[in-house]
Amino acid sequence: MMRLQEMPLLSVEGLSRYYGERVGCRDVSFEVYPGEVLAIVGESGSGKTTLLNCISTRLEPSTGSVSYRMRDGAMRDLYRMSEAERRLLMRTDWGFVHQNPADGLRMTVSAGANVGERLMAVGERHYGRIRDTATHWLSRVEIAEDRIDDQPRAFSGGMRQRLQIARNLVTGPRLVFMDEPTGGLDVSVQARLLDLLRGLVNDLGLAAIVVTHDLAVARLLSHRMIVMKDGRVVEEGLTDRVLDDPQAPYTQLLVSSILQV
Amino acid sequence: MSAAAALGEDLATYNFAYLDEQTKRMIRRAILKAIAIPGYQVPFASREMPMPYGWGTGGVQVTASIIGPQDVLKVIDQGADDTTNAVSIRAFFQKVASVAVTTKTREATIIQTRHRIPEEKLQAGQVLVYQVPIPEPLRFLEPRETETRKMHALEEYGLMHVKLYEDIARHGHIATTYAYPVLVAGRYVMDPSPTPKFDNPKMDMSDALQLFGAGREKRIYAIPPHTRVVSLDFEDHPFEIQTFDEPCALCGAEGVYLDEVILDDRGGRMFVCSDTDHCEDRRAAGHRGRLSPDEAYAGHGQVQEDTGR
Repeated sequence: MMRLQEMPLLSVEGLSRYYGERVGCRDVSFEVYPGEVLAIVGESGSGKTTLLNCISTRLEPSTGSVSYRMRDGAMRDLYRMSEAERRLLMRTDWGFVHQNPADGLRMTVSAGANVGERLMAVGERHYGRIRDTATHWLSRVEIAEDRIDDQPRAFSGGMRQRLQIARNLVTGPRLVFMDEPTGGLDVSVQARLLDLLRGLVNDLGLAAIVVTHDLAVARLLSHRMIVMKDGRVVEEGLTDRVLDDPQAPYTQLLVSSILQV
Repeated sequence: MSAAAALGEDLATYNFAYLDEQTKRMIRRAILKAIAIPGYQVPFASREMPMPYGWGTGGVQVTASIIGPQDVLKVIDQGADDTTNAVSIRAFFQKVASVAVTTKTREATIIQTRHRIPEEKLQAGQVLVYQVPIPEPLRFLEPRETETRKMHALEEYGLMHVKLYEDIARHGHIATTYAYPVLVAGRYVMDPSPTPKFDNPKMDMSDALQLFGAGREKRIYAIPPHTRVVSLDFEDHPFEIQTFDEPCALCGAEGVYLDEVILDDRGGRMFVCSDTDHCEDRRAAGHRGRLSPDEAYAGHGQVQEDTGR
C-alpha cells in the first residue's frame, strides 16, 4: 500500500474555464504532492490567476475536476462538496495569500485579531490562548510583539504581507495558494520574504501553489513548475530543469527575457 | 358625484391600526416565520409610515399587525413612558386602533419598546415589540449583505468574536455595552437592538414573546417564549452586566438599570431608574431614595447641597 506522502494531495484533471467566448484556461491537468511547492509561471493574461482561482474554489471551472485529499485520506471532488465544507476547508486546511495584502487582511482590526480570526472561526473561545498563539506567529514572521494591537494600516507593505502569511498559517494548513506573494515589494524586502517563506514551507512541510511572473521567485521557492501561455500549459517539469534547459519555444523566450544585472 | 362625497365623509377614518389588511397579513406571515426560526432575520416589505425611519417604523408595523381591539398597549422609549417617541406612538395607536393604553408593565398585553426591557418580569401572553435600527450583528465587521447572509446560513460566526477580541485588546475588557450580540437557541447570532447589555439576561427563557422590527432595513426577527438566549463571550472574559455604585435616587432600587440626570451646572447629578413605571410603582409602595421630595421635607440631610459631590 502506498504511504499518504506518496499520494497526490491535490489533483487537477482537464480543467477549463471560459469567460463567454474567451478562454481563461484550457484543459489543464496536474498533481501536487504533500510538501511540494509548485510554481505556475507565464506572462500577464496567460491564465495563471484564473487557474489558481479555479483550484482554490474561488471561481467555478467550466469543465474538469479538482480533487483534494482530506485529512482522513479520502480524495474528494471540491465542486461536489457543499459550500459549507468548502469554506471550512478554506479556513482550516488551506491558506490563500493575496498579492495585495488588503484583500487578505481585515485592515480595520488589530494584527492580533487578524491572526486570531481563524482560531475563533474554528471555535477557540479563550482570549489568553488566542493572544499567545497570535504573539507566537507574529514573532515567527518577524513582526515585533508590541505591534500586536496595531492595525495593518499602520504596517509597511512587507509587514502586511508577512502578517497575511501568519494569518493563513495559524491553523496549520496543509496547502497554501499564493498569488504573486512578492509583487509590489522592493527587492530587499522581497528577498527577506522569500527567505521567510522558504523556511516556513520547509519547517511546516506545507504544499504550496505559487503563481508568479517572476522566474527568480519560482526558482527560489518551487520544486516543480508549470509554464502557461494563452490559457494552456506549454511546459511542465522540475524547476531547475525547466529554467536551465527549456524545451518549449515560449519557455525559451521567457527564460532568455530575464534581465541580467 | 355621490361616490366622491361618500369618500369624502370616510376620509378621516383609517383602517384599523393604520395598515391595510393585506399588509398586515404579509407582516404576520413574516412574524410567523421569524418565530419558527428563532433569531433568523426574515425580510419583509416594509411600508412607509407617517414617521421618519429611525423613530420606530419597524416596531410600529409589527405592533399594528398584531394588535387587536382587546389589547392594552404600553410604549416605552429608553425605559420611559413619557418621552416624545413613546407618547407619540401611544397616541398614534389610540387614534388609529382606539385601543386601551397603559403605562403599567403588568397590565399591558403588547409593549413596544425602544432600547429597554422593563424591569418587571414579563408574563406569558405578553408580547414585547422592539424597534431595531440595524438588525445585522455582523454589519460593522462585514459590510456585504450577500456575505453576512452566507455567514448566517453556514453558521460562520468567528467574526463576532473578532469584535469582542478587539474590545479586550483595546480596553482590557469587553467594552460593548449595548447591542451586545447573543446566540439564539444555539443557532443564530442576533443583535438584541440597542438595549443595554444589562437587559440581555432578561431575554433568556422569557415567558413573553419577543418580536423585533427593523423598518428601514426591512427585517423582522423573533425570540419565542422559553428560548435559550446566550450572550457571546470568552472563557477567560465571561459576559457581565453593568452594575451601579448607588441605588436609584428616587425609589432606592438596587439591581436595576439607572439613568444619569444632570441637576445643575456645578456637577450636581443623580442616578434614577430608567424604567419610569418601575420607579413609580416602588415609590407608590413607600420606597424612598436619597433625593425623594418627602424625604427632603422630612429633613433627612440637605439635599440641594448634597448633589454637588
